[in-house]
Amino acid sequence: MKRFERVLAVALPVAQPNFDTDQILPARYLQKPRANDFGAYLFRDLRFRSDGSEVPDFPLNQPAYRDARIVVAEANFACGSSREHAVWALGDHGFRAVIAPSFGDIFLSNALKNGLLPVVLPSDVVAPMLRALLAQPGSRVAVDLEAQTVTGPDRSVHAFAIDPFSKRCLLQGQDELDYTLDQLGHIEAFERRVAAGSA
Amino acid sequence: MFDRIWRSHQIVERDDGQALLYVDRHLVQDGSAPAFEMLRQRGLVPRAPERTFSTPDHYVPTDSRDLATVGDPEKRGMAQALIDDSARAGITCFGLGDRRQGIVHVVSPEQGLSWPGAVIACGDSHTSTHGALGALAFGIGATEVSHVLATQSLWQRKPKTMRIAVDGRLGSGVSAKDIVLAVIAKIGAAGAVGHVVEYAGSAIRDLSIEGRLTVCNMSIEAGARAGMIAPDDATFEYLAGRPYAPAGRDWDDALLRWRALPSDPAAGFDREVSLDAGAIEPMVTWGTSPEDALPITARVPDPAGASSPERRRAMERALAYMGLQPGTLLTDIPIDRVFIGSCTNGRIEDLRSAAASVAGRKVAPGVEAWVVPGSGLVKAQAEGEGLDRIFVEAGFQWRHPGCSMCLGTNGDVVGPGQRCASTSNRNFVGRQGPGARTHLLSPAMAAAAALAGRLTDVRQLASGTVRP
Ligand code: SF4
Repeated sequence: MKRFERVLAVALPVAQPNFDTDQILPARYLQKPRANDFGAYLFRDLRFRSDGSEVPDFPLNQPAYRDARIVVAEANFACGSSREHAVWALGDHGFRAVIAPSFGDIFLSNALKNGLLPVVLPSDVVAPMLRALLAQPGSRVAVDLEAQTVTGPDRSVHAFAIDPFSKRCLLQGQDELDYTLDQLGHIEAFERRVAAGSA
Repeated sequence: MFDRIWRSHQIVERDDGQALLYVDRHLVQDGSAPAFEMLRQRGLVPRAPERTFSTPDHYVPTDSRDLATVGDPEKRGMAQALIDDSARAGITCFGLGDRRQGIVHVVSPEQGLSWPGAVIACGDSHTSTHGALGALAFGIGATEVSHVLATQSLWQRKPKTMRIAVDGRLGSGVSAKDIVLAVIAKIGAAGAVGHVVEYAGSAIRDLSIEGRLTVCNMSIEAGARAGMIAPDDATFEYLAGRPYAPAGRDWDDALLRWRALPSDPAAGFDREVSLDAGAIEPMVTWGTSPEDALPITARVPDPAGASSPERRRAMERALAYMGLQPGTLLTDIPIDRVFIGSCTNGRIEDLRSAAASVAGRKVAPGVEAWVVPGSGLVKAQAEGEGLDRIFVEAGFQWRHPGCSMCLGTNGDVVGPGQRCASTSNRNFVGRQGPGARTHLLSPAMAAAAALAGRLTDVRQLASGTVRP
């Protein structure tokens, strides 16, 4: 997993509530092996027409947003399907953090396991941030994981919460499975208790 | 109930409050190739193959049982990878030639693999389905699937709890699907984010297990981490004698444990919501989120009346995609396709209720209507009851089991601009194919739409007052 420390980058506004993972990564790419660049399929049907040409209105196609590495979105971002490919698509395209008032639960969990930082901020912080990003395309946002702060385009600083374990994994680029494998003794003991009928 | 299951499965708790939960049952489908690949890359093998069951559903053809007919080698490879990965790991797989094959969320309850009190995980968001039997069932992503394969456990942040009580009696023509669409319309697509929902109330109790599976299935469309219903005699009757349900002495022991599961009536929930079953009408969605659901008697809503500018923009976007004008009667919306199937409504009771609407009538000219049973056993049972003949004589296609047009990964898609009355669970933009327009509804309502060629109130069909 890629380490996450601090990102200062152009932010892409996704001004739609309940933006589902089918929009982030359409189902017809789900059978592609992981070795593919899923960034090429990101927002595929919003970004490109069926003939492959770009949809000029789509923000990511506009020069000011092309280097965006942070997404700022409305509530319930990435709801729906559990496809981890949605996280891969954002990550492969270069996105490192997503800021929204809430996320689909499965996406949130998938993101943390792939070095994509999901930041939950209240909607009265996100709404003006979205407006600013739309009014000034190319505005930058900073996300500092160590300090647990987001600095908006207007320089306002907002603290966010993250559980210490996920924070440590992200900062060190470390993976949860290694940690669990260290707990194998506990898992075996649990299985023995179940077999003995006491759990 | 949720607390009891949580506590009895907690292996350890991390200092940040996350718990490592033991997974009793791991269900795997043909989207799992990346998870098996992650496992291989780390040199690990599945820890408890005897607790793991698999069946291909997303990539299987529904016009034949021959994988070789899947033209795209990558798609074919997904189903084949599941069969191969399962065989290598010693995981029981209900493959394409097996009558038990089907949509994983239909197959597992049907085989008696989903039990009250169990923690169930599956790399698919509709795993919430299994909560209908009193299980705690989570949908997970690929990395988590590999984690469960390797360790038979899953880290979870303790969710909040929400009780949704539906009391009273459902009117005629109103089904479990209408209940859950009404719930989502009420609380919103994000209404249950971070929560485990327990459904309660007399209308839920009165539902068959099939109906409860439909309700719990769509919990995820309200953002819930899981949905569940306390087990009762109906649950135990449903499970008794199923192939993988406990038997003999084990059954008696299990019953004792299962009867002790339901929540104390005084148990507190972080949130409570209630609905009057008698006020629920047959529902249909008009937009591109499951929360965009209205009674079939309503009109397409006007964005001008939206509660906020954000909501107005979302509605305008949805109406533009759906090609609908505000004020149009929902019953005036013509349709091109009908899909009866999916893990929401692909069970025997769903097919029976659709067939009851159809009996003796014909699919409207120009409408292409499909019935895709949820499993091989549902298909066989329906054929035993003569339902297939009712559908075929009316002009429906009777297909082989799989996810099919719910998401179209096997190539069963709705064409661009085509409008589909669908018993599936998501009306997202492009869900049934690029440019496809989806209206979610119950099986009886889907059948009625097929006959009339437009969205139709199934109650009028029953009373013979529907316009031709
Ligand atoms: S039927 Fe649809 S929702 Fe259910 S598992 Fe298959 S693709 Fe997913």
